[in-house]
Amino acid sequence: MNQYETIFVMTPVLSDDQLKETVKDYKTFLQEKGAVIVNEDNWGLKKLAYPIKKKSTGFYYLFEFKADGSVIAELEIAYKRDERLLRFLTVKLDKHAVAFNEKFKNKKVETAK
Amino acid sequence: MSDSEVRYLTPPSIEVKKDKYCRFKKSKIKHVDYKNPDFLLKFLNEQGKILPRRITGTSLKFQRKISQSVKRARQLSLLPYVADNLK
Repeated sequence: MNQYETIFVMTPVLSDDQLKETVKDYKTFLQEKGAVIVNEDNWGLKKLAYPIKKKSTGFYYLFEFKADGSVIAELEIAYKRDERLLRFLTVKLDKHAVAFNEKFKNKKVETAK
Repeated sequence: MSDSEVRYLTPPSIEVKKDKYCRFKKSKIKHVDYKNPDFLLKFLNEQGKILPRRITGTSLKFQRKISQSVKRARQLSLLPYVADNLK
């Protein structure tokens, strides 16, 4: 099992319900494949640095999970087939990255309190 | 004019050598985060190009990581591929 991190950008034309549905789709997809979700983060609506498909904004969402490598290929195929997404990126995390994310998460929780 | 006084036609340029250092090694940062475009902006020029090591003073190990992170950020549209006035 490796630790991965995946970010996807959804189109701004989606309604709130559709956004939640998209996120839920991928969450259940990952869980069905036996992935353990460590962290998830909603970045909300952000301005893009350059237009993609004539859209200048997008909803960012992040998942951090532990899974086997074979899951990634299936996930990326699902991403490619999905017309609700503008961009996606999946990255394998090394030990420094895991430590960094852990620290970042704790910091965020502390400031939220 | 006295002998001790030496005069030059063009004043000799005195270069003050400023020591460059790797900011990652100095502050013991081990991971370069691609999700933070504001931080990566320090290693770009105003056109959005990655600055060379000889200007920023970053060590080779971290320059590679910066380059990787900037490219990832560009893909996610967190940083532009080309820009005019980034700073």
